[in-house]
Amino acid sequence: MNLEKVIFGFFIVLAATLNFGFFIGDIDRPELHHVYELAAALVVSLIATALKFGDRTQIGAIHLSTSLVADLQLIAAAITWAVAVHVTGEGMTPSVMSSVVSLSGGALFANIVSVIILIIETVMLRR
Amino acid sequence: MNSAFFLALRRMRVPIIVLIVIYSVSVLGLTLIPGVDADGKATAPLSFFHAFYFISYTATTIGFGEIPNAFSDAQRMWVTVSIYLTVVGWSYSVITLLALLQDKGFQNTLTTNRFSRRVRLLKEPFYLVCGCGETGNLICKTLDRTGYAFVVIEKDELRVQELDLQDFKSDTPALAADASQPGNLLLAGLKHPKCRAVLAVTNDEDANLAVAIAVRLLNPAIPVIARARSPAVAANMASFGTNHIINPFTRFAEYLALAIAAPEQFRLIEILTSLPESPMPEPHRPPSGYWILCGYGRFGHALAERLKPAGLELTIVDPDCSPDEVPHAIRGLGTEAETLLQARIGDAYGIVAGSDNDVNNLSIAVTANELNPSLFVVARQNHNVNSALFEAYGADFTMIPSHIVAQECIAILTTPLLATFLLQLRERDEAWSGALVSRLQELHEELTPAVWGIRLNISEALSVYRALMQGQKITLGEILRDGTNRSLALPAITLLIRREDEDILLPPDNFLLAPGDQLLLASSLSTRRNLELTLYNPNELDYVLTGHEITGSWIWNRLAASKANGNNTTR
Repeated sequence: MNLEKVIFGFFIVLAATLNFGFFIGDIDRPELHHVYELAAALVVSLIATALKFGDRTQIGAIHLSTSLVADLQLIAAAITWAVAVHVTGEGMTPSVMSSVVSLSGGALFANIVSVIILIIETVMLRR
Repeated sequence: MNSAFFLALRRMRVPIIVLIVIYSVSVLGLTLIPGVDADGKATAPLSFFHAFYFISYTATTIGFGEIPNAFSDAQRMWVTVSIYLTVVGWSYSVITLLALLQDKGFQNTLTTNRFSRRVRLLKEPFYLVCGCGETGNLICKTLDRTGYAFVVIEKDELRVQELDLQDFKSDTPALAADASQPGNLLLAGLKHPKCRAVLAVTNDEDANLAVAIAVRLLNPAIPVIARARSPAVAANMASFGTNHIINPFTRFAEYLALAIAAPEQFRLIEILTSLPESPMPEPHRPPSGYWILCGYGRFGHALAERLKPAGLELTIVDPDCSPDEVPHAIRGLGTEAETLLQARIGDAYGIVAGSDNDVNNLSIAVTANELNPSLFVVARQNHNVNSALFEAYGADFTMIPSHIVAQECIAILTTPLLATFLLQLRERDEAWSGALVSRLQELHEELTPAVWGIRLNISEALSVYRALMQGQKITLGEILRDGTNRSLALPAITLLIRREDEDILLPPDNFLLAPGDQLLLASSLSTRRNLELTLYNPNELDYVLTGHEITGSWIWNRLAASKANGNNTTR
């Protein structure tokens, strides 16, 4: 067993699960999507990205790119949230909530791809 | 992406994760701790947005104060903790980044990347020079002056830095690396489509051999020119099909033998193969007869081998020479009068000071001259740094190995036709050579001419090629006119014209040119530029041939043509 692999897998799966937790529930109901869950998903996704830095293999490159996509989507969701609450002042209306959740849904897809790559990599491993 | 970027990312992994964790913990704390309003009543904690904003300016030590409202004491406690946390996190990241930038390996990666990118982006044909010592430097300077691009690999980092300080016209990529490693050669563009030739002129015989072998195996299409001092290495190189092996010792010995046998021919070869626009060499007239040879190493052997057949009687003076090997050899350095007298210096016509020690060579030459002032002195100069001493002494003939190698490399590389010409002139007599020498000297009194080649094709001589393809009759004399004032003839001598397999030596001025002709010319570098422009630019060519000044613009040309037609019809 390799501690580095454990941590790597842990963060990738955690990013996906947190993202899923935030995403699940009716898309336009703010009470079903907690801001802390989004924050946790974003932070874990950023850490997962940093963990993927510096791998020069083809699979490493795909890993990094899926993570970057997830980060981008989650940051966009967070900015949408902040703009709605603090800048325009309209609050978490169903339309704003739907766009935040759908953005996180995109990130969820990228995270799922990440997990699939992780599984493929593990299956290919011969040692 | 390049490897330096990946290396940086890999090293920055831990600091970045530390920063993310510290930020998220600090922000999370602020979103949980309740604030306080002006009346002292508890209010809701900061939102994520405000908390992130606050931590961002606090962590980067910008510090706008407590925004949007004054904080509660609980919040201040937490902020105190996060300030220290974030400062530590940032310092750690910055220190790691600085350490990475100063890392020798990282810097090497950066310079190597930059070098290979510059080589990859080279658009003009270039030469790959391996080794930039005395010889390599001379070659680089000449290539630069004559307008050829080149790439340098040199083992010594100091020499590469010195190269940066020299005022080269072109921006030369140079790498401090071992040329004997094939990877470095590939990095320097061995397989680059524009790489024309490789020169192996390092100080290390084995490295030169390794370069020659690597080029033969990795890119057999391009020629490789290698320097070899010992016959064994030269033979090894030859067995690998090295195109040209230059041994400065044998080459000089051949020159000296030729200078004794046919002085005019030797002088012609010397002028033609010297570096372009270098001082005109002194005429050498070494006498035949009895000679003394001091120093019997590789140079001495090469000399003895070639001078004896030329009819010279030789006495060898060497400290380590055994009498079994060479009969009548005299033991000694030759720096002291006694040894030289023993070698019958009074009867000698010439002496070669040919040891591998510059000071000893000078000492031999000075002592010999005192004993016999009419002696012809040949001195071997091993290092460029001693140039001042050898110039002050003024031997009749000074042999500088680095010059010989550089001259030959340049001559072979830049003018492939020159080798043909040199072969052909050996069949001519002394008077022919003498006449040509005086013509060459008329071009310029003090500087040697540049010998260069041009082919009348689309890429090198566009305008002449087009004119010839249209059936225009152009003689050699017609294009050898000054492009700024066509009443003046250009000071240039056409040495050779190659048409398919036929070589015409010293063609006359009324020689009719044909497309595809290869010309070998001797002229100054400025004359060369003048003629190259004439041969390439249609307007310049038109002026030189007819005296008409034509502008290039299409409308103007049409107007001029219709005007000429109008004149014709009215007439």
